[in-house]
Amino acid sequence: MTATTHSPLLSEAGQAVERHWRELAGRRRLYTIGGIVFMVLAMSGSLWFANESNAGKFFDRLPYLFDFVGQMLPRDGWEIWRALFDLPSPYDDGSLKYNYPDGRIYLTETFYLPEYFYKMLETINIALVSTLIGFGFGFVLCFLAASNLTTRRWLRFFVRRFMELLRAFPEIVIAGFFLAVLTIGAVPAIIAVSIHTVGALGKMFFEVVENADMKAEEGLRAAGANWTERVWFAIVPQVMPNFLSYALLRFEINVRASTIIGAVGGGGIGEALRLSISRTHEAKTLAIILLLFCTIVAVDQLSAWLRGRIVGRQAFEFGRGG
Amino acid sequence: MTELEANAIVARHTDVFQRPLLERFRAALIIAAIALYMIFAWWLFAVGQVISNGNWDIAGSYLADWVSYEVRPDIEYDGDALDVSFPRFSPLGDDPKPDWVVTETATVERRSAGTTEATSSGSGATSGAGFLGSLDTKPAAKDDGGFLGAMPSASTPPETPTANTTPAEPVVTREEAIVSADVSFGGDTHIRVQPGFVTVTHKGETLELDIEERLAVNARGPLPDWASQRAPGAKVIVRFGFAGRAEIEDDEVKIRRRFLGWENFFFDTRSPYWGMPVSEVLGTIFFGERIEEGRSNLAIAWDNIVNNADWQHGDVWLKLLQTIVMAFAGTVFASLLAFPLAFAAARNIMPNRFINHLLKRSFDFLRSVDMLIWALFFTRAFGPGPLAGISAIFFTDTGTFGKLYSEALENIDDKQREGVRSVGAAPSSVQRYGVVPQVLPVFLSQSLYFWESNTRSATIIGAVGAGGIGLKLWEAMRTNQDWENVAYMVILILLVVFIFDNISNTLRQRLIGRQGAEG
Repeated sequence: MTATTHSPLLSEAGQAVERHWRELAGRRRLYTIGGIVFMVLAMSGSLWFANESNAGKFFDRLPYLFDFVGQMLPRDGWEIWRALFDLPSPYDDGSLKYNYPDGRIYLTETFYLPEYFYKMLETINIALVSTLIGFGFGFVLCFLAASNLTTRRWLRFFVRRFMELLRAFPEIVIAGFFLAVLTIGAVPAIIAVSIHTVGALGKMFFEVVENADMKAEEGLRAAGANWTERVWFAIVPQVMPNFLSYALLRFEINVRASTIIGAVGGGGIGEALRLSISRTHEAKTLAIILLLFCTIVAVDQLSAWLRGRIVGRQAFEFGRGG
Repeated sequence: MTELEANAIVARHTDVFQRPLLERFRAALIIAAIALYMIFAWWLFAVGQVISNGNWDIAGSYLADWVSYEVRPDIEYDGDALDVSFPRFSPLGDDPKPDWVVTETATVERRSAGTTEATSSGSGATSGAGFLGSLDTKPAAKDDGGFLGAMPSASTPPETPTANTTPAEPVVTREEAIVSADVSFGGDTHIRVQPGFVTVTHKGETLELDIEERLAVNARGPLPDWASQRAPGAKVIVRFGFAGRAEIEDDEVKIRRRFLGWENFFFDTRSPYWGMPVSEVLGTIFFGERIEEGRSNLAIAWDNIVNNADWQHGDVWLKLLQTIVMAFAGTVFASLLAFPLAFAAARNIMPNRFINHLLKRSFDFLRSVDMLIWALFFTRAFGPGPLAGISAIFFTDTGTFGKLYSEALENIDDKQREGVRSVGAAPSSVQRYGVVPQVLPVFLSQSLYFWESNTRSATIIGAVGAGGIGLKLWEAMRTNQDWENVAYMVILILLVVFIFDNISNTLRQRLIGRQGAEG
């Protein structure tokens, strides 16, 4: 739309407007070009640096990228099913690669849970426990951080900074520390994910609380209710749907997070995945990826459906990773 | 309000005052269910057992390592003499003589046949506390511990070595050796080591231990509560809280003394600046003589800081930059790719249902195959390093951005598009002037938000091999030695996340106003 038609018969004021418009457009173009140049420079610098400091160089490795994909294919497609459901393999040579039935978890004499389903359930339970713990602590902390409920500035400041610290503290360090103190397993993963969840949920919760309608609270205050009663009867019923919705969203994130923590020693499916990739057990790897993919899709769908029922259709996707 | 009126109200609103049982007890039921589930989880993960088996002693010392460091001299028994040694990479440098370890030397005879039995030049050197007065003693360290004043430390140091002057039949050598060491732990806490005898003083109590060399450690009298011994004759461990601890074994005394602070943070022990106070370092850098020919003192100082062996500043900064680059490049690429794809995936822009659906499902696929899987996959493909991290973030976020962008596009106001179309604009111009101005701020704001959150994710996926500071952190934690380095890296990460958080928030506020910036 830059093609403006010039009329030679512009009045004094019209010329001023046009001059001003030209100035503005020129400045904007300058900013745009400057921004693009800056981005291009930053990107090329970043890529050069990433490529230089990587173990394999991008263009050297690119032709072999699909070799690796080829290596990941099992001998026959049914191997994936056998690995997934712990069925005996016809290629069984006693090695770790084909020992699918060894991982069975027998619930009764004949009925067993396949190994990876068990590990997946473990990971989901880690996520669920962490979300519940995070919900509990976040619920308590958020009212202390909300400016409409807590008048003491220092308390608000302290609680908010505390939650920020919990949120920003790298999960990996908490997990690593507790892995060193406790044994390798699920408990360090729960602690690490919970701590992060407290901070993340706490922040979202107090923003919800700050947007709550204060009329109900005023009514209770007029009737002489104390702080706890006001929070419990005036604020909580309003914010609960949003809280639950955020907690569900967090649960989705925590399933992914506990998988990742699992890969660094926190147990569950993440550990199984890392081991099978590093040992090049193709069928096992693909089975785990398939299971993980289906689980994540299922959890996302379930949580989206529940959230839809709780708060109606609202786009909460934006909160991921917070 | 009379009772009658109240009853009338209750009668009129029965649904409020007499709710179904399930609804009335719903909250209690939910809480009970959660409590039951938590008990189940407690059992499933054997939380109680794991916590009680946890090595909480170690946890304390690991936590203390975050802000302090240990110096670990070992005092070995060597017949009538002692051998004080520091580990090779001691934070005090090579051959340290710290003022809290005060040694006394005396001339000791020893038979070189390898037997450890030796006769001391002094009388009753093995008998313990009483021998001091009869020996030539000399404190090897500065006389600042108050206890030294009581000792006869004035006599002339004996000449070394004197072995050749007194040849005996079973070659007896005479040499100067340490016969007593006194380690101060600050305050009134001391460990005094002599051949065959160790005295520990702490909190006004004194523990005396007889050492039968390479056989047993026996306490005289009961052990105080700060000392512990697993079995009679086994090693005795004494703990002084933060100040440190010591293990008194039958062949050596292991001292672990703790000091607050990060040792050698700027200059390691090989640096010429090591041990200098700040003013002296600055003085040397700006006014001092050149330490090395052809290089300025400033260059040497910088080089020494960057290549500090304990803290590896250069490497840590490089890895941190890798993490930042991973998040930045991954997010930018994902935004660039997701931008055109989102237009094709949006139902109101691309009328082809098949393409809409195909693209949306592929976004879901990219998103649902977790960042971890992508990271492991690309680590195998490209080798460990930031390329794998960039690719992992790029793949996951293309899915996320594609979904978010196409949803934003489907929610646009159609009037602008209609207006642009009504003046006869080409389809590309309709998009450019009717759609993009509406969605671009939202797009940018979402990308910025994810840029910041990806900085955190990049740390984590780094630990599985995708490079960056995550891997470095993980390596530092694996050794269980370098918790102070972990603390240093955590502080750097927190700083970076804090700065990026602020940049991203500020930019988002400018783009879409205060309201939308709260993601």
